[in-house]
Amino acid sequence: MSLGKLAERLLHLVPVLLGVSVIVFLMMALTPGDPVDIMIGDQNVTPEQEQAMREDLGLDLPVHRQFFVFLGNAVQGDFGTSFYHRRPVLDVIVERLPATIELSLVALIIALVTAIPLGVLAAIRRNSILDKMATVGSLLGVSLPGFWFGILLLMLFAVHLQLLPVSGRIGFSSEIEPITHFLLIDTLLRGRPDAFWDALKHILLPAITLGLPMTAILMRVTRTSMLEVMRQDYIVFAEAKGLKRGRILFRHALKNALIPTVSVAAIETGSLLGGNMIVETVFGWPGLGRLVVESVFLRNYPLVQAAVLFYAVTYVLLNFIADILYTTLNPRVKL
Amino acid sequence: MTSAAIHSPPVAKASGAGQTIFQRNLRQFAANRLAMASVGVVLLFVLLAIFAPFIAPHDPNETDLFRRLQPPAWQAGGEWAYLLGCDALGRDILSRIIYGSRISIFIGAAVIFVATTVGIAAGLAAGYFRGWVDVAISRLVDILLSFPYLIFAIGLMAMMGPGLVNIILALAYKEWVIPCRVVRGETLATRELEYVEAARALGASSAHIMVKEILPNILSPVIVVSTIRIAHVIILEASLSFLGLGVQPPTASWGSMVADGRAFILGAWWVSTFPGLAILLLVLAINVASQGLRDAFDPRFQE
Repeated sequence: MSLGKLAERLLHLVPVLLGVSVIVFLMMALTPGDPVDIMIGDQNVTPEQEQAMREDLGLDLPVHRQFFVFLGNAVQGDFGTSFYHRRPVLDVIVERLPATIELSLVALIIALVTAIPLGVLAAIRRNSILDKMATVGSLLGVSLPGFWFGILLLMLFAVHLQLLPVSGRIGFSSEIEPITHFLLIDTLLRGRPDAFWDALKHILLPAITLGLPMTAILMRVTRTSMLEVMRQDYIVFAEAKGLKRGRILFRHALKNALIPTVSVAAIETGSLLGGNMIVETVFGWPGLGRLVVESVFLRNYPLVQAAVLFYAVTYVLLNFIADILYTTLNPRVKL
Repeated sequence: MTSAAIHSPPVAKASGAGQTIFQRNLRQFAANRLAMASVGVVLLFVLLAIFAPFIAPHDPNETDLFRRLQPPAWQAGGEWAYLLGCDALGRDILSRIIYGSRISIFIGAAVIFVATTVGIAAGLAAGYFRGWVDVAISRLVDILLSFPYLIFAIGLMAMMGPGLVNIILALAYKEWVIPCRVVRGETLATRELEYVEAARALGASSAHIMVKEILPNILSPVIVVSTIRIAHVIILEASLSFLGLGVQPPTASWGSMVADGRAFILGAWWVSTFPGLAILLLVLAINVASQGLRDAFDPRFQE
């Protein structure tokens, strides 16, 4: 893809992102209940102080002006103050972000390393028991409610077998001074294999729960595209040439079959973000998803607003990356 | 669908003797035993929901502290009158599951109904009128698609507060986009067909062409997509209820029942397990049935 095309596609994102911020702004602007009242709580404030707070937050402006103030601030990373934490919203979010990113990445890795081999196996052993089990498995994978699956895993592995911890990111005794804030990396950088093992044990169940629907979808995509590729002339030709089956599968077929898998994986990474709210709540994972859910109950609206915007922007960017990946990997597609 | 057979020779060509394409598809669907079994399961849940007061052995909200966390009947301490055991307030879990099916099915159906109606109207308008109408609708669709579903619904629920109508609205605000995209695409293709042109030449109004000529012929893919989406909506509603943002207590909903059981996974596994199993069963049945529908009705999946 040429640089011009890339710039053009990027430009297309502008109206979408603008629309997203309008919706997020409206979502909160139309929320019943006055933010100033919530901030004041049960403190004693004079009407003058209240008015000053209102002006400070720009709430005395007409709605369209309020939107531009919101947008201007948002672009500069200013999302206001978290009522609950009494700190800038952005700080609170940034603090929680590494836990969520780490969990999503591990879920993504689990999904990729299980879905691709299973999908390939199901395709080359079409209609075998394994293929049928994979089909049933993927159907189950998309039908299982994540919160329930997580609880079942907890009951089995944490309560019954007592192999894995019930909640949190790491045990007390394994806590370390953060470097990157990704615990699986930091524990290794600090030379603490025991702590690494502990962090791994903590992340395993939430990551499996989060990754399950994605595994199901990717397995299906891989299977279908592998079957498609195996029908192509060049594979038949390679077989006719007498090439070894393994070589045909991995050198010729898989390379092409993975194109849809990779782009679907990029799109589905966006869906992982949506699943975070559930999984982090079930496993007491101290990430952004849980923060959002807590903030809804605390009526901590600026934080909810910023988080919704953050999720949407990330989602748009991931879809953009998925598009780019698809075009770059597959030269036949010209967008 | 009979009008489809009359109006659109390219789509609805009879294959067998005196069979419309619809009848043939229906026969194909009926031959799919797994799909039919799934339809049976779905119907069973619908009957449970409708006749809940007659089927449920107990009042779903009747608390009995002597039966607090009573195990299911086959475990020590269980009673056959309380087959699946009781929750932390001594309420009968089976009865709550039966009543909970009302919430899941009603919300699933209501959201899909609202979303499909709005989606068809918007999609027809975008695909038929094109131009600025299409640009405006398609932009809105793009923007709504940029939100992960759950966070969008959570944001809306935070704004609107809990309640049955609000859940339906919160989910429908985004859900209509899906039928809309299908309808728009199909309309764009269909509006150029000869029979539509013929209707236009005869002086039919735009509304007539959209509703009477185009809509019947594009309904199959819309129905297929809508049935698949019901399963998603049911899981989303359960997720919202699980997070405490859905239907409020004491009303039984499967998601909040699973949430109730979270505190008792150490000793009372049944509190979370059975309601979750109900969600899985219903969603799985809908998914299998809709896959059968798709295989039978969507020409793209026919060999």
